[in-house]
Amino acid sequence: MPKTKALTGGEAVAEAMRQVNPEVVAAYPITPQTIIMEKFSEFVADGIVDTELICVESEHSAMSACVGASAAGIRTMTASSSAGLALMWEILGVASGLRLPIVMPIVNRALSGPINIHCDHSDSMGCRDHGWIQIYSENAQEAYENTLLAVRLAEKVLLPAMVCQDGFITSHGVENVKIFEDDKVRKFLGSYKPNKPLLDVNNPVTYGPLQLTDYYFETKRQQEPAMEEAKNSYLQIGKELSKITGSEYGYFEEYQLKDAKAAIVVLNSTAGTAKAVIDKLRKNGKKVGLLKPKLFRPFPYKEIGNALKNIGSIAVLDRSESYGAYAPLFSEIKNACYDTKSKAKLHSCIFGLGGKNIYESDIESIFDKLLTNKLKDKEYIGVR
Amino acid sequence: MNFKELAKKQQTKKVVSGHRACSGCGFPQIVNAVLASTDDPVVVGCATGCLEVTSTIYPFTSWNVPFVHNAFENAAATISGVETAYRALKKQGKIKKEIKFVAFGGDGGTSDIGLQSLSGALERGHKFVYVQYSNEAYMNTGVQRSSATPYGASTTTTPAGKLHLGKEQFRKDITKIVIAHNIPYVAQASVGNLMDLTMKAEKAFKANGPAFLNVLQPCTLGWRYPPEQTIKIGKLAVDCKFWPLYEVENGVYKLNYKPSNPIPVVDYLKTQGRFKHLFTPANKWILDKIQKNVDEEWDKLLKLCGE
Repeated sequence: MPKTKALTGGEAVAEAMRQVNPEVVAAYPITPQTIIMEKFSEFVADGIVDTELICVESEHSAMSACVGASAAGIRTMTASSSAGLALMWEILGVASGLRLPIVMPIVNRALSGPINIHCDHSDSMGCRDHGWIQIYSENAQEAYENTLLAVRLAEKVLLPAMVCQDGFITSHGVENVKIFEDDKVRKFLGSYKPNKPLLDVNNPVTYGPLQLTDYYFETKRQQEPAMEEAKNSYLQIGKELSKITGSEYGYFEEYQLKDAKAAIVVLNSTAGTAKAVIDKLRKNGKKVGLLKPKLFRPFPYKEIGNALKNIGSIAVLDRSESYGAYAPLFSEIKNACYDTKSKAKLHSCIFGLGGKNIYESDIESIFDKLLTNKLKDKEYIGVR
Repeated sequence: MNFKELAKKQQTKKVVSGHRACSGCGFPQIVNAVLASTDDPVVVGCATGCLEVTSTIYPFTSWNVPFVHNAFENAAATISGVETAYRALKKQGKIKKEIKFVAFGGDGGTSDIGLQSLSGALERGHKFVYVQYSNEAYMNTGVQRSSATPYGASTTTTPAGKLHLGKEQFRKDITKIVIAHNIPYVAQASVGNLMDLTMKAEKAFKANGPAFLNVLQPCTLGWRYPPEQTIKIGKLAVDCKFWPLYEVENGVYKLNYKPSNPIPVVDYLKTQGRFKHLFTPANKWILDKIQKNVDEEWDKLLKLCGE
């Protein structure tokens, strides 16, 4: 029987890491990620996991040590947020370029400056084109399950993966989380079979060589089919995990979307708020719905485009900004809709930077404006 | 180990010829000597720099041992990850054999941009050897000054001009910085004194914790001298006390070589184009300043070594 525990999102991910039992974890403290590593450090201290924990002196070294450990041929994890993820940026590309299946829970937090510790998605969006699989999670339960899925997916396609959850809102909010049986989860995870491990001293390999104009492009080109494969494998591995959890692992979740006239597209915890608003508006006969993307890299353009094809009016809510350009999620949704020749009117709403709250009333107002054609092309929600 | 044994051990060819280091480059000698100093399997980490770019030009590699290059500033953090993975597997009984770990970095990748990563790995106590091959500037990017560049040297970012006469600061003493980490073994060596280097590398591999070697590597292009002079210049640096050979084993300093008739530092400086501008009557004060600094540092070291 799965155990239901009262856990924060951070602790839920630590539980997933406990079940993964990676040989090496290298991490550095940063708020709000610390809640994961503090819990995991207790597992290490009590001998509940076999992990060697490297308490490095920076996130740059965290990811660098992960690259070394993963190349050595073992399961490797870390976790980060915000400035920590930004400091890793250079090595994120090394991890994906060397095809190392490192898994990293991310607790989304705003980037400096000004400095701010609260939630937005600037951190993970800032590295969305760096060759990492990205999965977004609405709540603690999803963050837990997505972490398990990410380990298998990363190892299948030899790409690193990050699993995102909202800083404080999810990471520090206590929810009932179902932790599935260790034996079942570990059977799902299987044992890790490394590809050309560095520690195979009888078959020496060179990791990280210099590739110039004659080979670099060819090597980078191979990351794209790996991402395409990740898209298929995500569904397959999701089906396997589903047998344990009963959850569905689609590319995205649709909520009251089929007959909706107006829809919101939003990532992570705000999707939960949107669902509550939709329930309320539906009772009043308003045909509103939600599309919550889960797999953001690789991005399922075709599937999302088809799901939104018949919606008249769509607001894409971004918790990050791309200054001087379309916001990250809006940009992808617009591309997806272009491919299906959708006639939908698309609106970009930026909200919640630096943890600014978004309320049910804000989302209700967006739906009202969508239904009455009053929403501007681009709006900032809740900013003074 | 003597020269004959060293030559024999190098026949195991852990790193092979065909790399593209400059004619007269000092680091192939350093790498060969260090790798010959252990009979255990060895895994090599390397910072971005001359050594990495000349030995791993895809689809070729000069390395017959496992090799990992990650980035410029993180060779120590990277090898610490590899070493930890090894310990994890050894604990689980999945690896039985003894494996050694060594990271190579230039002075830029070690004393400058990689200093934090190095310091962290030393403090954490990973069992690995870190070798700084110090050619005293950013040679791979075209001879820009580093914190290891000596006073007065002309580099492409401290060119000898009308107002400024080369680098105007004394070099950072990375060996002392590493010693302050209280690790089991730290030593300074020169490519001009290979048997001394080999003796130190053997000790470094045997150390029960981190070990650090700071090895002087004259650079024919950056220092501007003919390629056949590398070993000779490496010896002169030692003989003029500019680059003392010493080691610190479990906190105890030991001077490994005391020149019986130390030569003046100008005899060393004049072999290299990077100091050429100093040899004018107007700039003699700079030569004097360098000599004074060498003497002072030497005296301090003698005291530390109980000489």
